[in-house]
Amino acid sequence: MKGLARENYLAPGHNACPGCGVSIAVRLILRAIGNNVIVVSPTGCLETFTSPYGMSAWEVPWVHSLFENAPAVASGIEAALQYKGNPDTQVVVIGGDGATFDIGLGSLSGMLERNHNILYICYDNEAYMNTGIQRSSATPMGASTSTTPVGSKSYGEALPKKNMLTFALAHNIEYVASAAIAYPRDLMNKVKRGLDLKGAAYLHVITPCTLGWGFEPDETIELSRLGVQAGIFPLVEYENGELTRVRKIKELKPVKEYLGSQKRFSHLEEAEYENVKESIKEIVRQNVKKYGLLER
Amino acid sequence: MSKYPVKNREIMQGSIAVAETIGALEPGVIGVYPITPQTHIVEHLARLVANGAINSRYINADSEFSAASILYGAASAGVRSYSASSSQGLLLMTEVIFNMAGTRLPGVFSAVNRSLSPPINIQVDHQDTMTLRDSGLIQIYVENIQEAVDTHVQIYRIAEDREVLLPAMVCMDGWIISHAYEPVTLWQEDAVKEFAGSYDPPFKVDPRKPLTYGALTDDDKITEFKYMVDSALCRTENKIVQAAELFREEFGNFHGDVVEKYYTDDAKIIIVAMGSVVGTIKEAVDRMRAGGKKVGLLKIRSFRPFPAAAVRELLSGAEMAIVVDRSFSASAGGILGSEIKANLYHQNGPVLFNYIAGIGGRELYPHSIMEIVQESETAFSKDCVPDGAVFFNLNEELL
Amino acid sequence: MKLNIGGITEAGQSKKNLTGSWRYQIPVIDQDKCNGCGICELFCPDSCIDINNGRAVIDDTYCKGCGICVKECSRDAIVMQPEGDG
Repeated sequence: MKGLARENYLAPGHNACPGCGVSIAVRLILRAIGNNVIVVSPTGCLETFTSPYGMSAWEVPWVHSLFENAPAVASGIEAALQYKGNPDTQVVVIGGDGATFDIGLGSLSGMLERNHNILYICYDNEAYMNTGIQRSSATPMGASTSTTPVGSKSYGEALPKKNMLTFALAHNIEYVASAAIAYPRDLMNKVKRGLDLKGAAYLHVITPCTLGWGFEPDETIELSRLGVQAGIFPLVEYENGELTRVRKIKELKPVKEYLGSQKRFSHLEEAEYENVKESIKEIVRQNVKKYGLLER
Repeated sequence: MSKYPVKNREIMQGSIAVAETIGALEPGVIGVYPITPQTHIVEHLARLVANGAINSRYINADSEFSAASILYGAASAGVRSYSASSSQGLLLMTEVIFNMAGTRLPGVFSAVNRSLSPPINIQVDHQDTMTLRDSGLIQIYVENIQEAVDTHVQIYRIAEDREVLLPAMVCMDGWIISHAYEPVTLWQEDAVKEFAGSYDPPFKVDPRKPLTYGALTDDDKITEFKYMVDSALCRTENKIVQAAELFREEFGNFHGDVVEKYYTDDAKIIIVAMGSVVGTIKEAVDRMRAGGKKVGLLKIRSFRPFPAAAVRELLSGAEMAIVVDRSFSASAGGILGSEIKANLYHQNGPVLFNYIAGIGGRELYPHSIMEIVQESETAFSKDCVPDGAVFFNLNEELL
Repeated sequence: MKLNIGGITEAGQSKKNLTGSWRYQIPVIDQDKCNGCGICELFCPDSCIDINNGRAVIDDTYCKGCGICVKECSRDAIVMQPEGDG
């Protein structure tokens, strides 16, 4: 892609699954940031596949402490940099949905509320993939996971996905946005925008997971694109609480196509789950309305 | 004029004296979350920051867990850090403290000891900090406000020593030390800063030399990493002694060995304890000595590292050792008692008595200590030493 | 090699991990069709595509053979071949 520098700060040889959406996201994120950065990651897929002792894939300073404290560790680093009078080094957290939506939510809230000069990036693969595809509060309704399996009394995850953008916006921070790996330039611009604005910023990146969602490793980008074009993952940008930019969609792809492309939703094909599919379509309708997704 | 760097001597509350000392050290990052009874320390530090007296970054965290994690971050970036907590707050910090020790990040904590829930109780015992004993954390228990002050002056130097690099905790009893008023000597800021030295770790997160913190390891290396924490904590014992000696030279006060002995040389009975109750026990020892009883006291200052050699040496000549424990491991006895006992195994040491006492602030008076000694002596003479630990002053009528 | 304290480890050492051995199929670039646009490099999860002299080059030392580059190439310049068919 023209005009994009090709610095690479995620070394080859990491242990991500073939076709991993997270590693694509992280490469793009680091490329947008450059190397004057300290990255903090909570426990999760990214941490596991990048950090075996003596085999780190990180080409920038990287800190992993625990599952639920990355925003607080980053806060301590940011405060230390301020104390030392080093305002130029960026502090960025890159954490999964389990760490972001669930176990680290309090820590994240504290960091956002204190408005540290930190960009928090959630890579959302919609379940605890590292431990074997257990549901998180990012798991979408209807998805079969190892802790919300389909059965005679279960259609998979029963609850709708938590809305993290709304959560982030509740902290009155300057920048909140969502991005998808299928739109790399948009993703990288959002990373840069989040860094440029002072104070805390939240960026949500959807990262399809071949193993957890159930699709072929070469379909990762396609799934990301389909999720956006089906209105499942709106790409939006808020500055100072105002919705400033939305990636418009010419024609919505059918939800059925999105669901049909993943094993985790395959049971929804059956007629008895029509109401579940209807609920998912309703979520899309709400997205379309809320963000004005459709070009007109 | 004192030849030592005395700033002033006045009657002060323990928490304020500790906060003034931390203020003199000016840690770059202070992570805070309120819990009784440590609040006066962090409130005073907040005032020092608000008045511009110190330049620390003072962060009001969203939990003790985050407060400790903020220390982790600051220490990894090469900046001195501080927090204080108590009771449940310390338990919430536990996961982070293990992590700091494993990653060799020397943040400093003041623990203002308080009982653990349930039932909720804000009075002192040692269950909170003793529960952190396996983490790799340095733990020093102090007896009074002056010792709290002097230990805080010494603690950064110890924790940040390149051969140590471990988190450290000064444990001071809630209320009895934190809220009491005693005459205290505060030291001049410059002297305190100079004594502590600067924090210069061999590794820190820095874009100029990217490193990876918190790596994943397999069974081929994990034992070695754990062993390195263990041996660093063992090495700390000498560092504590050295810091105390240096402190004596420069400040003229001595609070600092890993243990303190009080009339142990010829003692047939040695009481072992930690924290503020030690002062009470000294009073009891004085009274019993006046009555001709050969009683002594072994005060454990450094519980981690555990002063195994000193304990063995000092207890070896006694007939009886009586451990007064302010914490216990349910079904397994007092924690200090168990460790002392394990340490004396296969030694031709004293008969050991273990009392669990002073739980949740239940008062221990000199006469309580004398009662414990009397009871132990009777059992000893009748050769009916209790198998395990005894809950002292248990009110059977309530059971 | 002696261990660093605290498990702190050097950057960029994953290059010792030759993930190319995971592969059962390999992307091959048609040099005539490739215009070096770089989209494959951008989407490669394994940092093993480079653009050299206006053409994409795949480092088979690390390529896990996921096939994203094949799917995303707008000029159909990359095809998957069974490993070993050269």
